[in-house]
Amino acid sequence: MDIFFQQLANGLTIGSIFALVALGYTMVYGVMRLINFAHGDMVAASAFVGLTIYTQVMGQATSLVAVVAIFFLAAVVMAGVGIILERLAYRPLREAPRLSAVVSALGASLMIQNGIMLIWGPQMRIFPELIPNISWEINGVVISLIQVLILTLSLALMVALYLFVEKTRMGAAIRASAIDQDAARLMGINVNKIIAIIFIIGSSLGAVGGLFIGLYYRGITFNMGWQYGLYAFIAAILGGIGNIPGAMLGGMLLGLFQAFIAGYVSSTWADAFTFILLILILIVRPTGLLGERVAEKV
Amino acid sequence: MSDSPLFEIKDLEVAYGSIDAIKGISLEVHKGEIVTILGANGAGKTTTMRTISQLHKAKAGSIKFKGEELTKLPPHKIVGLGISQSPEGRRVFGILTVEENLMLGAFSQKKLDKKTLKWVYELFPRLEERRKQLAGTLSGGEQQMLAIGRSLMSNPEMLLLDEPSLGIAPILVKAIFKQIKQIASEGVTVLLVEQNAKAALKLADRGYVLDVGKIGFSGTSAELLASERVQEAYLGKKS
Ligand SMILES: Nc1ncnc2c1ncn2[C@@H]1O[C@H](COP(=O)(O)OP(=O)(O)OP(=O)(O)O)[C@@H](O)[C@H]1O
Ligand SMILES: [Mg+2]
Repeated sequence: MDIFFQQLANGLTIGSIFALVALGYTMVYGVMRLINFAHGDMVAASAFVGLTIYTQVMGQATSLVAVVAIFFLAAVVMAGVGIILERLAYRPLREAPRLSAVVSALGASLMIQNGIMLIWGPQMRIFPELIPNISWEINGVVISLIQVLILTLSLALMVALYLFVEKTRMGAAIRASAIDQDAARLMGINVNKIIAIIFIIGSSLGAVGGLFIGLYYRGITFNMGWQYGLYAFIAAILGGIGNIPGAMLGGMLLGLFQAFIAGYVSSTWADAFTFILLILILIVRPTGLLGERVAEKV
Repeated sequence: MSDSPLFEIKDLEVAYGSIDAIKGISLEVHKGEIVTILGANGAGKTTTMRTISQLHKAKAGSIKFKGEELTKLPPHKIVGLGISQSPEGRRVFGILTVEENLMLGAFSQKKLDKKTLKWVYELFPRLEERRKQLAGTLSGGEQQMLAIGRSLMSNPEMLLLDEPSLGIAPILVKAIFKQIKQIASEGVTVLLVEQNAKAALKLADRGYVLDVGKIGFSGTSAELLASERVQEAYLGKKS
């Protein structure tokens, strides 16, 4: 049973990170029917931005205020990058054939990855120990402060996002734009503004995810966005792409799944099993677990 | 200038790529009128309505509402000026509730006007009964009521209705047209696009007949009803 609870804790931790990142994919897809392939690289960039804020702006302080400030500033910077990305890479291609936007997304992904490499170098960097390395052992199960923090903060952000989308006027406008952009415009909704808001939310949640990756795994590399981005993208598809609670559920389930495979089978098999899971779910439920909106826009 | 029109289209041209859909039409609507645009499939009625709301951009010509040129404005600015549209095919937000749809209709307003919501529910009591229901689960007729109700939530001065009778049982069409008359009698100017010429002309003060992108004929409803061309083409009578 020890392994079970240990992997449960580990799975919930990486699941939280997958879920935060998956939200960025799913929200952009929901409104724009576009896979923002650069999203994973934005997540990676956030870890490096956080590293630089820590050394250059915060003078390597690890007080609570400093840590909160690092999270906040990294999220703001990445939200800004997200807005620029949308303006430059996606907005000019809104009316263009779908393939053009896909190529543009892949190009943006490579550019951000190369940008990270140019600025921070190709070698692995070590993310600062912003959170004290405290852990507790309960009946043989080790749980760290970082894990508790990642899980609670992720859940808080997801609840806040859910309430925003479900209960506010702006949230309703986002949902309306995801269903029918022209009908939303007839309501007086500025769809360009909604798309900017989507990129701000998705990029800043991804930024938090990137910092969590740094905190949890410590080693960060310029090309790590590809791997985490892929996992999060799979999580979004598992939950039903375009569906916000689906991305949360998909992320958590994928994290748990990978942790249990690593615990009971072998971590080298985690990737293979992840794709088997994806294929199985897509066979049984092509729209993902919570995805019901089959009606594709033409 | 007391009788300058509330709304005026002049020499409007609209194209889809290299295909001209609207080839220079002019029309006007005065305050308090119900004006109908009739025309066969593909005549350009929906194109005209979408261009008024700026969902499509005009190739040439002008569209003025209360003297203000609309063609340079982005689509989301139009409803705030007082022109609201219930589009062809209803386009309700299917996975949102009836009430959420109505709230979105008031998105252009600073805050929700409870009086307007009450008015919409009085016009269409069916909507109040189903306010927690997902819009996509309503019947076609109920969805049309919702689309019209939603477009009223912005308190428009002019209402654009694109084929409110489309795919709806005759008995419901009658009920909906009765409420359109009621809406107009409460001071909302109406521009109504219809293929159901008989019902539209019964309701409207004046009408325009659109014929492949051009105005073929226009006049009062009585004139249109009496015209042989309209009778032949739209009222199913052979002369
Ligand atoms: N998105 C589009 N792309 C290309 N052509 C279009 C498009 N939408 C409409 N058209 C063309 O423009 C012309 C006018 O279409 P429109 O939808 O305005 O007609 P309508 O009068 O509303 O017809 P209906 O009574 O069938 O609704 C038609 O020839 C149509 O094929
Ligand atoms: Mg039409």
